[in-house]
Amino acid sequence: MRDKYDIVIVGAGPAGSTTARFAAYAGASVLMLEKDRDIGIPVRCAEGASDAGLRAVLQNIDERWIENRISDVFFHSPGGKMVELQFKQIGYILNRKIFDYDLAQMAAKEGVEVLTKAYVNDLVRENDKIAGVKFAHMGKNFSVRAKLVVGADGVESRIGRWAGIKTQTKMRDMETCAQYTVHDVNLTGDHLHLFFSSKIAPQGYLWIFPKGGGRANIGLGISGDAAAKKAPVCYLNEFMAERFPHASVLNSVAGGVPCDHTLKTIVLDGLMLVGDAAHQVNPVSGGGIVPALVAGQIAGQVAGRAIHNGDVSAKSLQDYPKRWHKAEGRNHQIFYKLKNYINRLTDEELEGIAEAGLKVPLEKRSMITLFKAALVQKPALVLDAIKVFT
Amino acid sequence: MKQLFFDKIAYDRQVCDFCGTCVGVCPQDAIELTEADFTITERCTLCKNCVRVCPLRALEFIDER
Repeated sequence: MRDKYDIVIVGAGPAGSTTARFAAYAGASVLMLEKDRDIGIPVRCAEGASDAGLRAVLQNIDERWIENRISDVFFHSPGGKMVELQFKQIGYILNRKIFDYDLAQMAAKEGVEVLTKAYVNDLVRENDKIAGVKFAHMGKNFSVRAKLVVGADGVESRIGRWAGIKTQTKMRDMETCAQYTVHDVNLTGDHLHLFFSSKIAPQGYLWIFPKGGGRANIGLGISGDAAAKKAPVCYLNEFMAERFPHASVLNSVAGGVPCDHTLKTIVLDGLMLVGDAAHQVNPVSGGGIVPALVAGQIAGQVAGRAIHNGDVSAKSLQDYPKRWHKAEGRNHQIFYKLKNYINRLTDEELEGIAEAGLKVPLEKRSMITLFKAALVQKPALVLDAIKVFT
Repeated sequence: MKQLFFDKIAYDRQVCDFCGTCVGVCPQDAIELTEADFTITERCTLCKNCVRVCPLRALEFIDER
């Protein structure tokens, strides 16, 4: 490790590793710091991603990343109705332990230096300018200088805060989650299952993502507001006791997802935020893998060029938020309104939507079908819906 | 249980998953979290966001009435 790099990246998840890879490819010297002892562990994720989404950034999809292929989803209503929808494209359940590891290694192959067990605890400033980071590693304190600092530090997003950006997630937008990876003989079939009900997962949903061979990620996320009354893990334990009382729990994790639109500010002089740290998450699904890859590619390219041009000012980095907005950010703004709409649906309205959805033959059913049914259920929200699609 | 910040908030290391969700909703950036330690600094204004958002209820607000 040197004491000076062009770029220091904090966090080695998909966002950090992808930014690092593209910046190094463009010729920048890059150090990537990860606070955990292992990249990709623990997996705080349901591990779902679409084939098309991954291919937008990754040319080759490695078979080792894929635990299962998914082609349809069953929506479960509060009263127990099941509405099947078929995907237009293939979905994957990934093995993120391998996936994240490989993304970091792809960065390393471009010359990125990676260090784990490196807990970043402050920014270095010189003449009021961001000039690197301070971190603790194996009981010692270090300071490393960099022209550009990238905060890919996930839901905590402290790098941005230290730089003066208000990165805190509002309680109602923080989906707080608990998940078990389980084995159960009754977990057959390769379908996604999503449960919508105020009793199972208020202001959120419960998911079953099958990994094949009787294994699945079963978890749920509810808004921070809803969690004030009862913790996510309590909802999950109740669901498991009722549906899979004999399941073996192979792994349990908790975590938070900023189901928000992208932060207004994601670049400053000498600073970029990427991934969950920038709230680059699909607010409806809570999916963050593909957004992290897309943002990381753009951020890495822009960072690499800024280093090459010798100008890391916010103005020089503006291309990143601009291109991100066009690629995904503007969709996330729409999805954010849609999420707020969905979270306001009552159990009766959800039931009505399921009923209407079931009347449409499977081959003609789509998300639009369900949304039309939702409008009938809640005409008072037609105005909000118009805002969603305009 | 480790009691923090003038004994108002209790932290249970046995329950905590070190996920950082509490850090993400803290309006004061008052939480320092590593697998080795959890600290709430004097910047805390006792808004209780961290207690309410915790997926596992590893934090508890101590009401002393």
